[in-house]
Amino acid sequence: MKEQKKQWECKGDIMELIQYILVGVFIVSTIVGYFLINNVPSLLHTPLMSGMNALSGITIVGALLSTVAAVNADKAIIGFIFGGLAIILAMINVVGGFTVTDRMLRMFSKKGDKHE
Amino acid sequence: MNNLFLMFNLPEWVDYIVSGVLILVVLIGISLMSKVKTAKLGNRLSALAMLLAIIVTLINAKIFTINNYWIIFITIILGTVLGFLWTYRIKMIQMPALVAVLNGVGGAASAIVGGFALFGIGAGTDTFSVITSMLALIIGVITFWGSLVAGGKLSNVISSKPTVLPLHKIITALLIILMLALIVDSVVGIIPNQLILLIVTVVISSLFGIVFTIRVGGADMPITISLLNSLSGVAGAIAGLATKNLLLVSIGGIIGASGLLLTQVMCKAMNRSLLDILLGKTTTGKKAEFVEEAKESQEAIEEIDPVAVLKDAKDVIIVPGYGMAIAQAQHLVKQLADKLIEQGATVKYAVHPVAGRMPGHMNVLLSEANVDYEDLYEMEDINSQFKDADVTIVIGANDVLNPAARNAQGTPIYGMPILNVDQCKNIIIFNYDLKPGYAGVNNPIYSRKQGVSLNLGNAADTLAEILKKI
Repeated sequence: MKEQKKQWECKGDIMELIQYILVGVFIVSTIVGYFLINNVPSLLHTPLMSGMNALSGITIVGALLSTVAAVNADKAIIGFIFGGLAIILAMINVVGGFTVTDRMLRMFSKKGDKHE
Repeated sequence: MNNLFLMFNLPEWVDYIVSGVLILVVLIGISLMSKVKTAKLGNRLSALAMLLAIIVTLINAKIFTINNYWIIFITIILGTVLGFLWTYRIKMIQMPALVAVLNGVGGAASAIVGGFALFGIGAGTDTFSVITSMLALIIGVITFWGSLVAGGKLSNVISSKPTVLPLHKIITALLIILMLALIVDSVVGIIPNQLILLIVTVVISSLFGIVFTIRVGGADMPITISLLNSLSGVAGAIAGLATKNLLLVSIGGIIGASGLLLTQVMCKAMNRSLLDILLGKTTTGKKAEFVEEAKESQEAIEEIDPVAVLKDAKDVIIVPGYGMAIAQAQHLVKQLADKLIEQGATVKYAVHPVAGRMPGHMNVLLSEANVDYEDLYEMEDINSQFKDADVTIVIGANDVLNPAARNAQGTPIYGMPILNVDQCKNIIIFNYDLKPGYAGVNNPIYSRKQGVSLNLGNAADTLAEILKKI
């Protein structure tokens, strides 16, 4: 128990550091993403957009953790109602996004194969 | 920090490494999206990374120790089934609206995560966490409502014309100020109750999301969709900052950048600044002068016979536009192209970056009709070829080939890069009518004296008629 408390304090100290690191990660990701996506031809802009759309469902991770956190904090009902809603929405985003992107890309590549 | 680490037996760095690997997989997936042949694999890699992220999160959160954990699994399954059923058979014509609404759904999820974080659930109660929670909530809600309005406009549930409220600019400015004030309050704490703060914030951001998209018109949708795409990523990233989650921050940031880049590409292709579109400086330009000019010269036109021209054509360029999408004419276009190829002609497709209602819209529709992607040309690559082509076939496109963009100063399309269709000796146009396009500027090609054939009406009907005769 004591050890755990110590760990908490230690974490409090590095909290600020983590904040700055995360802000840094955000900036670096933005720049890397920008250059990677710059290579995508306009031909593929719709699948790119819907693929990105599917990835924005990564918030599912946040939704799961928030729900678990709420339940653990004895706010189970609120947690399950709103957290559950967030999970459903995020999963629709993820599954729907990847499904349509895959369908579109199959349409594109089907014709590519014919050429070979 | 959060339960993820508190309940975790393995050291923290393992989690960071797992997140790092997953981010890397996503980055590889995205870089594979730059070529048609590898794009499918890229998308599946990203999907795999997402699946792993969900599994790792469930393990880290020690899901089976939670009371009633089955509820979480049910919601996961429910979302999966709904997402799949909704999209696996959707028609390509509905794609712009679908992309818009999916965006909004993701934004709403991020907003909820932000809302939890505001109460210290999954996040700290320090200033940084509170501000980022508020931002995630606000941006998520704006994305949600903005996307719903955009989706409504794209599927014609609500009018696709720009709706301008009285005092629109003042309302917009007021809502922005209110949102900033609410963020300040979340730290200062003038509103004593977090719940009231949450509700007021949701209401104000909802209003802003609606007000800012309701005034965007149909042809500006490619820009709006791209921007909302970016916002959904940013909402996720900021929710990640609030809950100190590496995966969310990084992937959200990548999506934010991607959407912004697309927005920039679209703006450039329309010669517009993003600010102009958001402030609604759109379509209502000067049009009177061009309208008259078109009318008086209409009698003198010597129409060419489209059937004869097509029969002799060796080098054909097809220019698709939103009209092709509305008429669902892409399959007929492909049939026409097939007939011409049978005659020994070469057929190329010239795709303007903003043709249609979302980035890459025409490419998707033509691919659906089995057009080979290697025949789809971008504007810069094909613009020099119009002058040597035997005939250009325009299908439901107007503004993107309007030569007025070169010299009609003061009109909304002035300075916009266009397809050089007017340099072609024969032009066959399949448009619904002769009215100016979305930008409200008349097209001088319609009144050209020679080498133009106008086939008015639903592009699917007029095309079918010509097809019969060839």
